[in-house]
Formats: sequence, structure tokens, C-alpha cells
Amino acid sequence: MAVNVFEDWLNACSGCEISILNIGDPLVDLLNHLNFVHITPLIDHKLFGQLGEKTEMDVPESVVSILSGGVRNDEQKHELQEIRKKTKILIALGTCACHGGIPAQANMFKNEEVFEKVFRQSPSTEPSPDPVDPSVPKWTPTCAALDEVVKVDISIPGCPPHPDWIVEAITALLEGKTAWSLPERSVCDTCPVIREKKSGGGPVKRWLQNMEFNPEEGIDKMRCFNEVGYLCQGPVTLAGCSGKAGVPRCVQARTPCRGCFGPIRKGAQPMVDMMGALSSVGLDAKSMLDRRAMLNRYIGAHGMLKVLPARPTK
Amino acid sequence: MSTVINLQPITRIEGHTKVAITLDDAGNVIDTKVHGQNLRGFEKFCEGRPVEEMPRIVCHICGICPWAHHLASSKATDGCFGVTPPPTAVKLRRLMQSIAYVSDKILHFYFLAAPDFVIGPDADYSVRNVVGIIKAAPDIAKQVVHMRHLGAQMLEGFAGRAIHPTFSVPGGVSKPMIETERQKMLGPAQELLEFSKFSMKFAKENVFPKYMDTIKSLGVIEVGYLGTVREDGALEFYDGKLRMMKSDGSYEDFSYDRYLDYIGESVLPWSYQKFPYAKKWGKLNLSLENPVGVYRTNCLARINVADKMATPLAQAEFEEFRAAFGRPAHYTLLYHYARLIELLQAAETVVQLLNDPEITGANIRAQVTAKAGRGVGCVEAPRGTLIHDYECDNEGLITKVNLIVGTTHNNAAMNLSVNQTAKTFIKEGKYDQGILNRVEMAIRAYDP
Ligand code: SF4
Ligand code: SF4
Ligand code: SF4
Repeated sequence: MAVNVFEDWLNACSGCEISILNIGDPLVDLLNHLNFVHITPLIDHKLFGQLGEKTEMDVPESVVSILSGGVRNDEQKHELQEIRKKTKILIALGTCACHGGIPAQANMFKNEEVFEKVFRQSPSTEPSPDPVDPSVPKWTPTCAALDEVVKVDISIPGCPPHPDWIVEAITALLEGKTAWSLPERSVCDTCPVIREKKSGGGPVKRWLQNMEFNPEEGIDKMRCFNEVGYLCQGPVTLAGCSGKAGVPRCVQARTPCRGCFGPIRKGAQPMVDMMGALSSVGLDAKSMLDRRAMLNRYIGAHGMLKVLPARPTK
Repeated sequence: MSTVINLQPITRIEGHTKVAITLDDAGNVIDTKVHGQNLRGFEKFCEGRPVEEMPRIVCHICGICPWAHHLASSKATDGCFGVTPPPTAVKLRRLMQSIAYVSDKILHFYFLAAPDFVIGPDADYSVRNVVGIIKAAPDIAKQVVHMRHLGAQMLEGFAGRAIHPTFSVPGGVSKPMIETERQKMLGPAQELLEFSKFSMKFAKENVFPKYMDTIKSLGVIEVGYLGTVREDGALEFYDGKLRMMKSDGSYEDFSYDRYLDYIGESVLPWSYQKFPYAKKWGKLNLSLENPVGVYRTNCLARINVADKMATPLAQAEFEEFRAAFGRPAHYTLLYHYARLIELLQAAETVVQLLNDPEITGANIRAQVTAKAGRGVGCVEAPRGTLIHDYECDNEGLITKVNLIVGTTHNNAAMNLSVNQTAKTFIKEGKYDQGILNRVEMAIRAYDP
């Protein structure tokens, strides 16, 4: 029998859902085992009645809930709490849901500053008061990960998560398991580049020049980004972006990792560890530009990014 | 007492939207609103970031069209640092954009829009969806899933990430294409082109003729259009000049960096989504009878502003379309038709670029040095003209960001189309799920 599944995007970009669709040929078969009671991108189920007659959000019962995106406003928070009451297994899909994701970069600023910018300081916008109609949900104090609001049973990180893991996690649930997680390995563990545990030293280079490499040769003939002086967050990032096999996705494009799968384990200190990794190959880690935002690019929830004191004038 | 119909969420679209329809005592529509529910604040939190990081940050604005944001951003960063990417880099950027376009259009037509036409607008919601399509037309559904996968594999195999790419950088791209990579793409590119031809034929035979009455009545409004054209007037996705057309078909061309002279944005208290409008036509007015400043973007707009298509198969379809519907074509549901004409151009472009000898060139990135500057980067995203406007200080750190994204341009028009549809179909308190779905069809046409 098909399992009832609730899927929705909260503070998300829809990339996680596209990743579900990118499962490819096995998707058609998988869909036969899943009965979506709600999935905004695909099925016209409504949360306020099919005739729009309800005044309270009505979340249907489900066995599994899959949610992408973090929590950015009161309505998303309310929806998440309702879903938790009505579901058995809650899955946080994607790095936004697990760690806040890119939108949690906003946690470096006060909400008022963001609204001031968007509605009053944009050159194309007629300066206007913030939209405050009751139909527009109010921002929460921060952009939060799901587990800051409710209990999360399974986390599938990644921005977006690789379809292999979505299939594996869902298949595990269909087989009656109640837990699933990615093994605790680093992106470097899956990266074939040449490593010599040393660099030429000096400051951390900006991504203004490409790597030097022979395009006719494989990635295994290219030197490690960190060891030629660029920031690559592979050492502090959970492996898995290339799925069950293959080269880390950014490295495949000959570009460095920025940590989109989040930290390797709960409680890790990616920022401290990354500074350590850079120093260990002889780089001047402190020379890195925009360090805090850079090293917390995808993980600004859980208080990792907070409002900064006013930046010193240069 | 008035009644409010609260359609939430709007489904089979990208994004967070709800529609409120207010009825008077007699059950007739007095007001409709399309509420934009979400705001993330990219314009603020990008401040302080190194310019070269922007293309890989702002792509996260949209997971359906990350390549559009990635490339508009790259162009803005080229501008900030005052560099011109080498011709091969531009071709590779175009190639990636075109592949992404093909995937996107297949997704929209079959997964998001087709259920309304293939299963039918009045069918129960539990079957009016992609699962229903899989049951009703399993062979086509399998093909669609396969084609989407093919597109994703082409992007990933070469550029690492299909969603939220890192490939395009200030001054060019991060890697060249070698001959074996080019050869590997030729087969899939041809497959995508064949499927695009099939899709056009399928829709012309099975969809558009059947729904001609609906096309002529649902969501119809007469407003202006905005899109990019090449110097010779051909429809263009990556680079060209902007053309803003009035509802009567007269138009003005301007370069991207002058967008502030032509486009203003209003803020209304009931939506996080702003309302861009054509500044030169007067102050924005959302009245259905007498709209002012309202223009549309996305495929129908591009087809209307273009003098011709850039590739032969698309050109043939374009001629047939224009002969049938004139210029500008105003029927909202014609977005679906226009989308398929563009699908053909995108698929043809992929094949063309792969056969261009310069595509495997070795010079792919200009010399880049951080410096103060401003750059306006603009591309046509699947959902419309995309404008990224950045300024940076002399360290190359972002000081200002302004963004106007494809769907936002259509905000005013979507509100009008929803209003028109609700008023046309809801009378004296009579409405059902089929009618409310038609209201959503007016939104889906814009593919927000
Ligand atoms: S995790 Fe990435 S792909 Fe998923 S919603 Fe967030 S930004 Fe989009
Ligand atoms: S630091 Fe980056 S390039 Fe080096 S091994 Fe790790 S992931 Fe690969
Ligand atoms: S290399 Fe790093 S940033 Fe890139 S996809 Fe993998 S985990 Fe994400």
C-alpha cells in the first residue's frame, strides 16, 4: 500500500523539489509507492479548503512529511507546528531546512535593516512603508532551521540534496526503518585531487583567477584548492554532494567547495576547523576576506550568524 | 456580509502565493488579490560579500531557474570589475543557459501546466496532476521524466551542478569544454531537440485547438510587454537590448544599464512582492478597465517584442503564431504556446552551439582584478527579464544590490488576470473547484 506523504516548501527556493524530480527514471516507480496528501508544486491540494472556505490552516494527516526551506515567518512556523502534530516522521530536506541555508545570511542583519533596504532604499522602488496587511505573514526574529522549532526525525542535507539520498532515505522508510543519515565523512574524503599537505603559503587567494589544470586530464591530476591557496570548504563539509559515486560537484566544475552540505557532525565548529585546516597547509587563514559570512554561508541558523556590530569604516 | 475565498497555496507554480477573492452580498466579485507571501532579503544580505562570490550566492533565489540568476549575476560582476569575457566563455554560458531553458520549459509544460489541459480543468484535483498524467499517458510521462533527467545530466556532467551552479565567474567561466565532453553532449542535445519538436506538434494537435474558447476568455488583459532582442530584432535569451512595448504594439528600445529610466516599482501593503511598472506610461494603476503602467514579461512578452526568432524551426512556428494571433498577442493562455516556440529555439541553440568550433576554445576567462565599480547584468530568465544591479567598493566588496526578477515584473499583470478570470467565471455566488482552478490557471500561464 502507498504511504501518505505531506510535502511542502517553507523558506525555500524550490531547488530541493527539482532535485526530487531529478531522481530521473526511478521516479515514476517511486511515485507509485507514495500517496501525496499535499505537495504544492505538483498537486492542487489546498490548506484552507478546496473552496477556500476555511479560516484556519487545515493540515492533513500523513505518515511522512518532507519539508524544504527554513522558517522565515509566522505562517511557516505555524504550518510546521501543525505538520508536526499530524505526521509520524518529519524529514528536513535540504540545507535550508537543516541549517538555514543561504537565506540565513540575513541573520547577520536586523530585520528592520532588511526591510528598510528592500522597501525604501532600492533605486527602482518608490520608498514605501513595509507591507503590513494581515495577509502578509510577519517575519520571525531569525531565519531558523526546522529543528529550532519542532523535532526533526531525519535530515537530508544538501543544497540541493543529491537525488540518490532522497531515494535512499525514502526507500528506507518504505522498508519500515525510521532512521536514516549520511555517513560522517568530509567532502575531501570523496575528492580525487592531488594533496601534498602543504601550500606555497601566503594569504588566502580570492576566486579571481581559475585553477591551473590541464583540461584533457582528470580531476585526479589537479592539485587541491587549499594547497594552491584558495579557500575550499571540503575539509569541514559533509560528503555526499556527488551522490553515491563521483567527484564533489563544485570540484567537477573546477571550482572550490563552499560547504553546501553543512557540517560533518552535530556540534562541529566548521569555522574554527576551517581556519585550522588552512593554517595546517601553511596559509595565513586570518587574511581571508569576509570570513564569517563565507564560512557560515549555508549554516547561519542555530545562532551561527548573528547581527554584526557596525562594520568599522575603512 | 462579504465572503472571502482564500485559495492557499496556489499550486503547480514555483513560489509562495495565495489568492483572496472577495464577494459581495450577491455573490459577485468585488476584489481579488494575489498575495506574494515570501521575502528573503537578498538585496540586504549580499552587502559586504566579495563580488566574485555573488554568482554562486544569488543563484539560490530560485531553484527552477538558478542558471538565469547565475548568469545575470556573472554579467553584473563582469561590469563591476570592468572585464569582457572571451567569446568562448560567452558561448559556454549561453550553452548552459539554453540547456537549462529546455529542462525548465519541459518541466513547466508537462508537470505544471499540462494537467489542466490533458486531464482537464474541471477534473478532480486528486487526478489533475502529474500522477494523473502518468496514468493517462504513461509513455509521454516516462519520456518527460527521461528528458528532464537528460538535461540535468548534461549540465552536471560538464558543469558539476545543475541546480545552483558555480561554473560562471567574473570574466568568464571556470573550465573549458574539451572535445570528448562536446561529443558526449551531441546525442542528448539531438534527443532534446526531437522531443521539443514532438512537444510542439503534440500541443498543436491535442491541446490548443481543444481549448480555443478558454484561451479567448480566461485571464485576458491588454497591457504592455518587455523582453530582450538582438540588434537585428531576433528573440534573445542571453544578451541584447531591452524592448518595452505598449499594448498597441508601439515600442522603445533601451540598453540594460538604463533600466531605472524605464522601470519603477510600487509597494502595496498586501504583498511582499513589489509591483514593477513602466514609469513613462504614468503611475501604476491596477484597474481592470483602465490599467496604467502594467507590462508583462516571460515568453509571450518575448515573442511579442521580437521581430523574429533566432533559429529556423522556431521561426516557422513563430510565423504561424503571429499570423494567427497578431502582434502583440494578448490572450494570457497563449503563454503556453509561446513557451513551446521558445523551447524549440533553446533546443536548436544547444545543437548549434555544440557544433560551433569556438565552443572548445581554451581562452575562457579574462584577467580580473578587484576594483570599485558598478555592473548591471541582465538576461532573459524563463520567467522574464532578470535584472541584477551591483555596486562595489575598491576592495571588490558589494556595497549595493538591486534585483528585479522575472516573475516580479508580472505581478501587476497576474493580479489583473486573476481579477478578470474571477469576474468572468464567478457569478451570483456560484463557483466550484473547477472555476477556482481556472483562476489559478490564469496565474499558471505566467509560470511564476
Ligand atoms: S537547500 Fe538549497 S535547493 Fe533546497 S531550498 Fe534551500 S536553497 Fe533551495
Ligand atoms: S580541500 Fe577541496 S580540493 Fe582539496 S581535497 Fe578537499 S574538497 Fe578536494
Ligand atoms: S563541493 Fe561543497 S559546495 Fe559544492 S556541492 Fe559539494 S558540498 Fe556543496
